[in-house]
Amino acid sequence: METLQILQIIWFLLIGALFIGYSVLDGFDLGIGILLPFLAKEKKDIIALFSAIGPVWDGNEVWLLTAGGALFAAFPHVYATVFSGFYLALMLVLFALIFRAVSLEFWSLDEQRRSFWKWSFIIGSALPSFLFGVALGNVIQGIPLNDKMEFTGNFFTLLRPFPLATGLLGLSAILLQGCTYGALKTEGELHDRTVAAGKIIVIIYALLLILSTIISGIVIPGSLSNISAWASTIVVLVALVITALRIDKKNGLIPFFMSSLSFIGLWGIAGSLQFPNLVRATNGSELNLSIYNTSSTQLTLTVMLIIALIGMPLVVGYTIYAYRVFMGKVKL
Amino acid sequence: MDAVLLSRIQFGLTAGFHFIFPPLTLGLTLVILILESIYYKTDSDLYKKISNFLIKVLGLVFVMGVATGIVLEFSFGTNWSNYSRMVGDIFGAPLAAEGVFAFFMESVFLGLLVFGRNRISRGMYLLSAFLVFFASHLSGLWIIIANSWMQTPAGFALEGGRAILKDFFAAVFNDSMLIRFLHTIMGGWITGSLFAAGIGAWYLLKNRDQETARPLITIALWIFIAISLLQFGSGHGHSVQVARTQPAKMAAFEALWHGQNGAPMSVIGIPDPDQKKTHLEIAVPKLLSIAIYFDPEARVQGLDEFPEDDLPSIVLSYLTYHGMIGLGSLFALLAVVSAFLMLRKKLFETRWFLWILVLAIPLPFIANELGWMAAEFGRQPWAVYKVLRTSEAASVVVPAWQILLSIIAFSVIYCLLFAVFLKILFSIIRKGPEKITLGYVGE
Repeated sequence: METLQILQIIWFLLIGALFIGYSVLDGFDLGIGILLPFLAKEKKDIIALFSAIGPVWDGNEVWLLTAGGALFAAFPHVYATVFSGFYLALMLVLFALIFRAVSLEFWSLDEQRRSFWKWSFIIGSALPSFLFGVALGNVIQGIPLNDKMEFTGNFFTLLRPFPLATGLLGLSAILLQGCTYGALKTEGELHDRTVAAGKIIVIIYALLLILSTIISGIVIPGSLSNISAWASTIVVLVALVITALRIDKKNGLIPFFMSSLSFIGLWGIAGSLQFPNLVRATNGSELNLSIYNTSSTQLTLTVMLIIALIGMPLVVGYTIYAYRVFMGKVKL
Repeated sequence: MDAVLLSRIQFGLTAGFHFIFPPLTLGLTLVILILESIYYKTDSDLYKKISNFLIKVLGLVFVMGVATGIVLEFSFGTNWSNYSRMVGDIFGAPLAAEGVFAFFMESVFLGLLVFGRNRISRGMYLLSAFLVFFASHLSGLWIIIANSWMQTPAGFALEGGRAILKDFFAAVFNDSMLIRFLHTIMGGWITGSLFAAGIGAWYLLKNRDQETARPLITIALWIFIAISLLQFGSGHGHSVQVARTQPAKMAAFEALWHGQNGAPMSVIGIPDPDQKKTHLEIAVPKLLSIAIYFDPEARVQGLDEFPEDDLPSIVLSYLTYHGMIGLGSLFALLAVVSAFLMLRKKLFETRWFLWILVLAIPLPFIANELGWMAAEFGRQPWAVYKVLRTSEAASVVVPAWQILLSIIAFSVIYCLLFAVFLKILFSIIRKGPEKITLGYVGE
């Protein structure tokens, strides 16, 4: 194998790792955001949940920014095609993320409009959580592309059954992250409600996984004979079973790690179906955007790899430190 | 309307709004680091109170920066997809590096500053304050690297219409990067220090929080005095760099219609591109030649020496550039008066000057915006100077109506957020250092 090819594969995996980091970490604060109206019965519940995610949510969102930057740097054509092609959907995500970013702080400090900022956090969490999965479902099933790598569909092209199913699947995975992290950080009735929600969501999650698998068999040729996708699916299902069995036990770390593992498994399925493509074309596989025809040069990929090898261990180190500082149940 | 123009308007609006916040962040992290260092050494609760107060403000400013910053990273793909294809081999790396090296660090340690006062040791807290300061500046550095590469591209070759990275360090240390970084960072320090000093001045005028206001003013104002004066040096260096590497841009900044030996420096005037002259102009003879080349007879290139298609808007470039310099001069004047009053120990009693400090708070923000506008207007018609035209950089698949729609949405959302931001900021200031608590309500 040539060096360039190895680097392209490494960057396929690294960008996957960044998205996994984003899903697992921001997943739980997005999930808690969406579940807020179901979990929080009174003001102190909201404060408890906000305090659980307050110190860390922003660092979690940086995983998305870094993944976006890495995609730009490593596979600029994919970044260009997807971001311009999904313009309206991405604008919706951006508006949601803007509101979401300010609403914790604003809820706390703008007392007259508390319920507005609460709902802006809820909706601002829900919309991206669903649309990320829709976008991923679209690039897996494929979108119409021309020979200049430009998207030729429209907004409604994006709303097909498979992407909608993966959108809901991603949403359920995020909700489960919210439940298992919420259970880890809360006490009393709030904790019990979180666990109860988690028990329901884990079942919906498994059903949506089965539904998505069935649809993928219809719309994506060869998807059901992909062995590593099946292996990843089994990882997800096993992780979900353990989550369901352990979610009301005392040690909350196990369900959180298991729901996180299930999310990693979902990315494993997506990666297995996609490799070496990043965006499939529905109108001819020669138009697919793969890691080989969209990447930056060997020098850029090398420089980026050095940056990642120096930077990411540091990031992981001080992120773990910060989580340890804020470890344990939230005390008001 | 034309999709390229609409995308430019959208980028201008969203980047301009974003750029209100990062400079203030830079300045505040510097003041906070100094306050925390004093607190660490003296163990005086006074400095802890002041620092907590500014950390509260920083938390608010930071989320505004985060909320508006993510838009910009996405916008290269959404609105400037051709740009991303053409220069992604070079331009993406600094954006990714900003995330990896700086933004993670800034976010994680700011979380510790806001929520961790009682959870970590004092040494660790001071280290967190330092890392937030360090990372916010490092973050600025990577963004400036990307931005400067568009102004003075280096370390690349054109292959098949794409810019291909040939030398990473040459691309990073391009001609305008270091001086632009210095100039921008100092703009941030001026912004943050005057902001802090102005708030302190307001407390003195309202006869409240005297105990905390005085040290706050003293620390912040000395930073302001030093940096406002030094900023002249960095501004000068930056202008010299522009004149040498982007002569058409400098000619537009000065509205220098004709190339000449012993060129004058324009102080004020109204440039008229149709008649190719500057109305009501006051200019200092030979000063431009002296400033750029340290030689009163040196030749400076004029607008008539460049193809008209390669020139930026002269009116916009001239007015924004001179507006920035005008404000910079005003800050230097404020700095001199402040230093005089401080040394005579009369500042705290000089009410008229305290009022000026309060009212001057918004001015550095305007100066930052004008400086940024001058830099980017002056770069036109190029997205990447002499490499890629702005008209060829935009997305081709996004219809104009969709961009118009997003512009309207951004405008409405940003107006709402800014109004609430100001309201919350004022309420934090009204509460004051004595009553402020970190963390969420009730924590």
